Amino acid sequence: MAQPPFEILEHTADAGIVAHGGSLEETFANAAAGMFALMADPDGVRPLEERRIDVEGRDHEGLLVRWLTELLYYLDAEEMLFSRFVVEEISGRRLRARAWGERIDRERHRLHFGVKAVTRHMLEIRPEDGGYRAQVLFDI
Amino acid sequence: MVTRWKDALEKIDDWRWRLPEKVKPGMRVPGMVFATEEMLGVIGQDQALEQVANVAFLPGIVKYSMAMPDIHWGYGFPIGGVAAMRVEDGVISPGGVGFDINCGTRVLRTSLTEEEVRPHLKELVNQIFRDIPAGLGGSGLVKVSIKEIEKVMVQGAHWALEHGYAWPEDVESVEGGGALKGANPDKVSHRAKQRGAPQLGTLGSGNHFLEIQVIDEVFHTEAAKAMGIDGPGQVLAFIHCGSRGLGHQTCQDYLDVMEEAAQKYRINLPDKQLACAPIGSREGQDYLSAMTAAANYAFCNRQLIAHWTREAFQKVLGRDARDDLGMEVVYDVAHNIAKIERHRVDGREMTVCVHRKGATRAFPPGHPDVPRRYQKTGHPVHVPGDMGRYSYICVGTEQAMSETWGSTCHGAGRTQSRHAAKRMLKGVDIAQRLARQGIYVRAQNRGLLSEEASEAYKDVADVVDVLHEAGIAHKVVRMRPIGVVKG
Repeated sequence: MAQPPFEILEHTADAGIVAHGGSLEETFANAAAGMFALMADPDGVRPLEERRIDVEGRDHEGLLVRWLTELLYYLDAEEMLFSRFVVEEISGRRLRARAWGERIDRERHRLHFGVKAVTRHMLEIRPEDGGYRAQVLFDI
Repeated sequence: MVTRWKDALEKIDDWRWRLPEKVKPGMRVPGMVFATEEMLGVIGQDQALEQVANVAFLPGIVKYSMAMPDIHWGYGFPIGGVAAMRVEDGVISPGGVGFDINCGTRVLRTSLTEEEVRPHLKELVNQIFRDIPAGLGGSGLVKVSIKEIEKVMVQGAHWALEHGYAWPEDVESVEGGGALKGANPDKVSHRAKQRGAPQLGTLGSGNHFLEIQVIDEVFHTEAAKAMGIDGPGQVLAFIHCGSRGLGHQTCQDYLDVMEEAAQKYRINLPDKQLACAPIGSREGQDYLSAMTAAANYAFCNRQLIAHWTREAFQKVLGRDARDDLGMEVVYDVAHNIAKIERHRVDGREMTVCVHRKGATRAFPPGHPDVPRRYQKTGHPVHVPGDMGRYSYICVGTEQAMSETWGSTCHGAGRTQSRHAAKRMLKGVDIAQRLARQGIYVRAQNRGLLSEEASEAYKDVADVVDVLHEAGIAHKVVRMRPIGVVKG
């Protein structure tokens, strides 16, 4: 069954995503794509600059929160929007990944709302047919 | 498992509902919900009431796990939740404050009338939109280093005063004098400081805004006078924002710390997001001093935004913000915060940690923490509504002090998700609709406006009326927007 990379999840106060992927790595990459799709039209974000991400977490859920929070760090500190993600490795408590994007251009980018934080609310990662499903809600 | 939380509520009077301890084993105290029977229909639709029950599990909680009428489903704590824990054996929880530490509101008065502002409204809103970045991207007009951010975290609004972004009297009209004691920037991560540094003096997005409002109705003349509000037609500026990425990262960092601490101290939690530590523990104290540091950043942020709002008025109207326009601060108050406070419980003084998650402090007349000018009225409580209707200013009461730890509501509360609102308003040009109402709106993304439209929110008048009738806060004035800046 072909799953979309991610779907939007509704919540009264905020918004979230459900990401799918053939592997945990792919699912995490799609979760990042989903988070940035909430914030800006990804088609307009050119993959010009690369950031390498290396984070640790207690478990897969913790790693997902850390990974997405690290991307938010680049968004706030460096005004980076990302549109391409490769999670190279998730082993035990560690995740290594690369993300490509460019600095926000308020004239050119179609911006939506900002994500303040990655919450642990309804946070869930589980296997599904042919891969994994990750659900995550954001504080908007 | 109680599936219908609403049915478990016991009616006390028309505005108070008790959630008995027996509905969820592990509750240490009952829940208390302030709402009309009609509002419970909306409140009961999501898991907010279960979250009220979950908060009652936390060690050291006193009296009740409380919920204001604007309650909605949050992360761990409900938004609109108030809970106080004894300092001796209680806990402090980052979830009880939220990601946006010291998200809050500041109101500036002016001596202007609507007729005077109308001809310049567009220019004024455009000027504010240029000078005070809203939404994604766009740094503030002030450039600060990490070292300077550390000073901001200790000095709060006083940092702005020292750098020429405040009038001396401004800081007196800010909760805690604009700089809360006990802030320790060393307990805030470098990443949090890096996130916050470029964002000082910015509004952010989501439900944050800056509005130019007009007094619509005065309910309490004496309290309005103390605020410098003379009557209908007078123009105010209303600012709603918080501690930006600095606060968001600080909360995130300490959720991890607290998850481990909760295990270490063997705290039984019904929801991981209530992760907490004893107030007196190292983890608890570290969080308290980091959270306080982030709160001070937010006070400074709102001070800077107030400064550029004054400058915008001055530039557009060509009149002096102080001498001609009288743009004094009415008040600045937090609605996402935890504070160590003294309260009376059953006739005895007690020190507690009051968590206000989407709830505003509302101290009464005569309280030592209330500024001198509000000693006779209680300090102002700003209650923002939605951009198409109205907002309120209330004052705290003695009843709030004895019943809700001197706390009241913080806004309208959403009823529709962002996507549901967008679907419902598909094809409706909200900016145009607002323009027909005489409201000029500037937003970074016009499409986003439908997500913040009136239809997505409860009527704030209903929320305020519950607390007014229950004696928790007195209505002072109602304002309607004429100019709106959104992210």
